[in-house]
Amino acid sequence: MAVVLEAKDLNKAFGAVTAANNINVRIDQDSVVGLIGSNGAGKTTFINMVTGYLKPTSGTIRYLDRDITGMSPRQITQLGICRSFQIPQLFGNLSVYENLQVGVGIAARSRRAAAGARGHEREEIETLIERFNLGGYRTHSAGLLPEGTRKLLDIAMAVAGRPQLLLLDEPTSGVSADEKFRLMDMVMTALKVQGVTVLFVEHDMEIVSRYTHRILAFYEGRIIADGEPAQVLREAEVRRYVIGEHTPAHGDADGGATSHG
Amino acid sequence: MNQPAHTLSGAPARGADRTTLVLIGALVVLLVAGPLMPRWAMFMLNVSLSWGTVVLGMMLLMRTGLVSFGQGLYYCLGAYAAGTLHHFYGISDILLMLLASVLLAGAVAFVLGFLLAKYRDIFFAMLSLAFSMILFGLLVKTSALGSTDGFGLSAKTFAGIALGEWERNALYSTTVVVAFIAAFGVHRYLSSHQGRLAGAIRDNELRVEYMGASVRRVIHTNYVVSAALAGVGGGLVGITIGHVDPEMAFWTTSGEFVFIAILAGTGSVLAPFLGATIFETVRSFAYEYSPNTWQLILGVTMLLVIMFLPGGLWSVFTRRKAA
Amino acid sequence: MNQFLAIVIDGVIYSSWLFIIAVGLTLIYGVMKILNVAHGSLYALGAYAATAFGGYWLAQGYPPMGSYGMLVLAAIFVGLVAGPLIERGLLRLVYGKEEVVLVLVTYAVFLILEDLTKLAFGVDPLSIPEPYGLLGSFEIGELMYPTYSLVLVLLSGFVAIALTLILGHTRQGKLLQAVIHDREMAAGVGINVSRVYLITFTVGVMLAALGGALTAPTISVQPGIAAEVIVLAFAVVVIGGLGSLGGAALGAVIVGMVRAWAVHKWPEVELFSVYAVMALVLIMRPKGLFAAPEARKI
Repeated sequence: MAVVLEAKDLNKAFGAVTAANNINVRIDQDSVVGLIGSNGAGKTTFINMVTGYLKPTSGTIRYLDRDITGMSPRQITQLGICRSFQIPQLFGNLSVYENLQVGVGIAARSRRAAAGARGHEREEIETLIERFNLGGYRTHSAGLLPEGTRKLLDIAMAVAGRPQLLLLDEPTSGVSADEKFRLMDMVMTALKVQGVTVLFVEHDMEIVSRYTHRILAFYEGRIIADGEPAQVLREAEVRRYVIGEHTPAHGDADGGATSHG
Repeated sequence: MNQPAHTLSGAPARGADRTTLVLIGALVVLLVAGPLMPRWAMFMLNVSLSWGTVVLGMMLLMRTGLVSFGQGLYYCLGAYAAGTLHHFYGISDILLMLLASVLLAGAVAFVLGFLLAKYRDIFFAMLSLAFSMILFGLLVKTSALGSTDGFGLSAKTFAGIALGEWERNALYSTTVVVAFIAAFGVHRYLSSHQGRLAGAIRDNELRVEYMGASVRRVIHTNYVVSAALAGVGGGLVGITIGHVDPEMAFWTTSGEFVFIAILAGTGSVLAPFLGATIFETVRSFAYEYSPNTWQLILGVTMLLVIMFLPGGLWSVFTRRKAA
Repeated sequence: MNQFLAIVIDGVIYSSWLFIIAVGLTLIYGVMKILNVAHGSLYALGAYAATAFGGYWLAQGYPPMGSYGMLVLAAIFVGLVAGPLIERGLLRLVYGKEEVVLVLVTYAVFLILEDLTKLAFGVDPLSIPEPYGLLGSFEIGELMYPTYSLVLVLLSGFVAIALTLILGHTRQGKLLQAVIHDREMAAGVGINVSRVYLITFTVGVMLAALGGALTAPTISVQPGIAAEVIVLAFAVVVIGGLGSLGGAALGAVIVGMVRAWAVHKWPEVELFSVYAVMALVLIMRPKGLFAAPEARKI
């Protein structure tokens, strides 16, 4: 199995605050990986370093066997890593169609674009509209869409870049509980067609266990657990620091009731 | 490569073609009407169209999310370039002078663009203002260029052809054609992918970077284009009025360009020319009948437009679907 | 050595003047996030009011020393009238809009005031030289300086100290600082932001008018002084960092010294030196010399 992304000894410090502490992880091609952890645990910092928004204090990041540490977001996107955002980053004054038009247009002119991509932009846009169920909103201003649709558009924009590695930052946050599964179903189906490796940050444990093959649990900048969902979600440390259950799990040395607020 | 523009409806826009049709129509009408109109009208149209070209450049920048308070820099450079050819080298050819205007303005903008493309909002406005005031300061203290008085210029030939009594007409026709080329060019540009990036950058440049496009490159390009437009506008005005002076680089001149841009709105490449014509017309009459309330009128109008017509006068003509 | 001293003294005098001109501008920006293009117009109004008040005082035959009081009174008057009028009557209506739009609004105010001033005071130059000459001159080494300039320097220092004390050590000042840091939070804890805005703007206008009033005895007061002053004030404020009091002081010193040097050593660049420094500072430190750090956006 090819390794798509490899982080080695990754560290990030903001003055006295350690946002990333010795992160070492390998992501395999075509896998779907979930990143969990409480706020401030380091998940978004990790994503920000992978996508070039932040430069690591030390350590390296390799993508498809190429050192991308310290590259700019633009360069990294051009190599095939795209991301969506916690707060959807859209072109508020443009319509849904125009948003995608920009996204597809940029992708069609990138170095990785297939020959003749520029002739097929319109088809691409329509495909994305269909896959992400945006047809009913095509002429609507992106700034005025309902939250779930904004999220979908944000992800569709990321997918428009034809990524090989897709990072989704809390794709279901801000979406109502009953909508979450529908959204994730749609996204995952759309992605399976493309053949993409997916990493996504999520707080909803149900979503994470349903859609991922593997979970990375973060805490205080470190990865405290890495493995299959069922196994990770049972681990004591994960239950303590991420899920927030203070019932000691089987075999937990701490025992006793240390309740967290 | 030639993707037609899309309106908010997502369908291929007939609007794009409509603008082109109007432009061609205006070109024809203005050229034909030239010999028929009184001198003062031709003069005013000359100045209006030239200023419209400058404001067209401003509009391009505003579509990219930037308000420049220093277009006077390039306007003045364009004027002085044309003037210098005449004053120091005895060249009185319209074409050569305008070429000089565009090249000088474009070259300076290319250099300054590396710097300015890194700034946004107020700081972009301030820095652009600073550069125009630097030129002002330099010109005022340069006696070889006439200091505060500036100097005169005139154009006697077009591409080598002596104009004689057709001088005024030739200048006017040149202005009309230049304005047309500028408007058409910007229109096509804005309908292209890179033109669409301008609006995207204005809305969310972070996202543009995150999709792999270079924000800096688009801004730099648009900045140079807007400067070239300001330069050619300055050259045309210089030749029309027959005079150039440092006031062209003073910040209040740039302020007037900003005013027209706001007044006109960014909805169409036709808007700047409409706005400039209205501005020039009102200004000429105001100067004559009530010179001490001219700025008062400007100020009040600007406030009204900002508060009630944020899309400028042009938004009166368009119906934008919200959602 | 003599020339060096002359440059320094000229620099100090000019810097003091610049500080008074600029401090109101930076104060208003710091609190209200509005870059007030009309600042120059209020300076001009102060100058005109000074000629009116001072002229009246002297014409009535009152003791000439009282004319200084008239200058200050003129500034206060302009502040109390123009400040609330503009803030309540106009700015209040456009607060939500983007910074650049607010700049355009104040630019419109500048245009309006230019003509209103012409209508009120005419277009002919006015002057009120008495306060300037009254104090005579004094010597530093071989150089002669008008005592008025010394008064300007002292007053400028007084304003700087007073503002620092008020901002840092009084309750009102702390409220102001809260609003400067985070308007929403300040409103959230119950600070009457609306009143803070009104007071700040009025004080800023008063300071601008004070600059004009104090300058009036040294110049010919006529249309056009507003446009010249506003760009100078901009340069000073931008160099120091928008919204920073210390920045305004530093900016004033830098611009003042550079200009004094230029006047003595290289007169050709006097005008452009100020903007060149402004451009240089912006290039090196885009937000000015004393700028606040920015929080992460995504």
